Amino acid sequence: MVGIVGYGAYIPKYRIKVEEIAKVWGEDAEALKNNLLLEEKTVPFLDQDSVTIGVEEAQSALRRALIDPQEIGAIYIGSESKPYAVKPSSSIIAEAIGAIPQVHTADFEFACKAGSESVFVCYGLVKAGLIKYGLGIGADTSQGAPHEALEYSAAAGGAAYIIGEEDTLADILETFSYTTDTPDFWRRDGEFYPRHGGRFTGEPAYFKHVLGSAKGIMKKAGLKPNDFTYAVFHQPNGKFPLMAGKRLGFSMEQMKPGLVAPKVGNTYSGCSLLGLAATLDVSKPGDLILMTSFGSGAGSDSFVIKVKEKINKVRNLAPTVQEMLDDKIYIDYGKYVRYRRMIRS
Amino acid sequence: MRDVAIIGTGMTKFGELWDKSLRDIFVEAALKAIDNSGVKKIDSMYIGNFSGGLFVGQEHLASLLPDYLGVTPIPTTRVESACASGALALKQAFLEVASGFSDIVLAGGVEKMTDIATNEATYGLAAAADREYEAFQGITFPGLYALIARRHMYEYGTTREQLAMVSVKNHKNGAKNPNAQFTFEITMDQVLNSNLIADPLRLLDCSPITDGAAAVIICPAEMAKEYTDKPIKIIGVGHATDTIALTDREDITTLKATVEASKRAYAMAGIKPEDIDLAEVHDCFTIAEICAIEDLGFVKKGEGGKATEEGLTLIDGKIPINPSGGLKSKGHPVGATGIAQVIEVVAQLRGEAGERQVKDAKIGLTHNLGGSGGSVIVHILEVM
Repeated sequence: MVGIVGYGAYIPKYRIKVEEIAKVWGEDAEALKNNLLLEEKTVPFLDQDSVTIGVEEAQSALRRALIDPQEIGAIYIGSESKPYAVKPSSSIIAEAIGAIPQVHTADFEFACKAGSESVFVCYGLVKAGLIKYGLGIGADTSQGAPHEALEYSAAAGGAAYIIGEEDTLADILETFSYTTDTPDFWRRDGEFYPRHGGRFTGEPAYFKHVLGSAKGIMKKAGLKPNDFTYAVFHQPNGKFPLMAGKRLGFSMEQMKPGLVAPKVGNTYSGCSLLGLAATLDVSKPGDLILMTSFGSGAGSDSFVIKVKEKINKVRNLAPTVQEMLDDKIYIDYGKYVRYRRMIRS
Repeated sequence: MRDVAIIGTGMTKFGELWDKSLRDIFVEAALKAIDNSGVKKIDSMYIGNFSGGLFVGQEHLASLLPDYLGVTPIPTTRVESACASGALALKQAFLEVASGFSDIVLAGGVEKMTDIATNEATYGLAAAADREYEAFQGITFPGLYALIARRHMYEYGTTREQLAMVSVKNHKNGAKNPNAQFTFEITMDQVLNSNLIADPLRLLDCSPITDGAAAVIICPAEMAKEYTDKPIKIIGVGHATDTIALTDREDITTLKATVEASKRAYAMAGIKPEDIDLAEVHDCFTIAEICAIEDLGFVKKGEGGKATEEGLTLIDGKIPINPSGGLKSKGHPVGATGIAQVIEVVAQLRGEAGERQVKDAKIGLTHNLGGSGGSVIVHILEVM
């Protein structure tokens, strides 16, 4: 059965708290924290970008997969913060991890869903027998505009997944994609910051697609919420995934391990993949996991994943999400705008 | 002047109607009203719309709406009096029928507010205040009503809890209104702990941003029974203005336009406040309802908070206020609100208000107010 052979997450060390940002703009930190269920977010350093983060994730995934990178037949990265508008990130990562030259690579974009798409396509190629292993990466260092709602959540990080058919640590039992043309959030070519439709990003965008995809996969697979051990949803903040999960019939216990947003923020293309990694870190063989991503524009990819014995052997071969969550340094707003290149010398 | 009756009503659900445009919702409400009335043609239309221009970049509704409703070449007039636009549409329609100029007239209201960001909507709403001397100086609508609330609390001892009770009551009523934006009840605690908007007003003291449309069909009273068994007569119309800017008022806790408009309406109807069985008043903010029930003469000045606390304004109270859920729970699509208020009173007087029914309702009042009280139109309706 086709499934996950290795996985790796990466979260940068630096953090900025909601209070620190709110202080600068004169906003009510407590209200923001309660409304969004966000406490702090990750901040990449000056020498980090979605490519370096992608490399870290891929290397961790390789450590758990215990495979020769030369055997990877495809490498895809999904990101909204590519260093180049034209020049692949995936080829840089391919060379950095020693997978070149016999490999197919491409960069994907579908807002926050681009990471799960990379995994989706790898799954398809492996299942078709065209490649032995495929590496799907979600990595972002998204920008939040100053004094704007998304400044509190736009964060950096993500996770990568090596898909294969032999010796998997978790199997992918089912997939389901749900897509419409719903322009809730976008960034025009040449603009530095994205724009969004305010409340339009809620019910007609996030909830319509997450619920549509999750219900679709459960119907297709003949499963109900209480068949699952865990559920992971895309997390633009801490509130939305819990509301979606509740409406679908999932409990807090099922969603808790995968809910990384309160301590990380929204890692955009890396988001649901990061939540999945955090869930795999604590899962047991036999556990059934539902993962539903969301990308503005809009669409959701769902996966049903069954954890296998191998997870216990390889889990600790690379840093867990919790270990990276605990390894943090708080910075102030001045350092934040410097590291995010919002001010330059 | 002939007597005028309402023979049909129709409205859309109020809420964030993401899939429907301004013309969609107007046509939906108008068709419902035409259907409900049984008329085969209409002679003219008056439409209340606060700001198609700022919210959706569309003016000339006077052509767009008859076009999309399919009733060209009838004359159509768009009227504007900020949040009182809906009631103004009914007043103008009333005059056209009462004068004998037309027989069947549609009075409607429509507002599409969710195609722009919240801060852009706030900018648009500030056009109901004095742009240069209020908005440019940094105040928004919640701010203006917060000033009224503060003064009311200072002068009369109105409490923060009494303000919250207005919201709790209106949500309780709105929960029974299938057309309301918010059909859930809320608690005092939730109101008092909701996000601070403009001290002392919190999120749950404020009416929301809403899409919606509403329409009524009117005709001469003598023709009404041809169309419906339950026509409702318009027996009083009162319209008054006051300074646009709050700072130019004599006393910011008394909205003189409400006092004057209701006085004229009572005089025309030949009745007193005590004769009113129920009223839909303009609760854009909780304090606005408290001031309204005082200025309409239902309770003494300063006792609006106490009256609310004592349950006088509940559906089974002495003077039921906002059985529809009010602007707070039903929603406030600015131009449509005035007509929606009329639709609620008509339903109540027809005995068709279901779980919200006020017993033995014979005479109802609607109070529609623009901005911070710069214009007010009051209608009084009676079972025929």
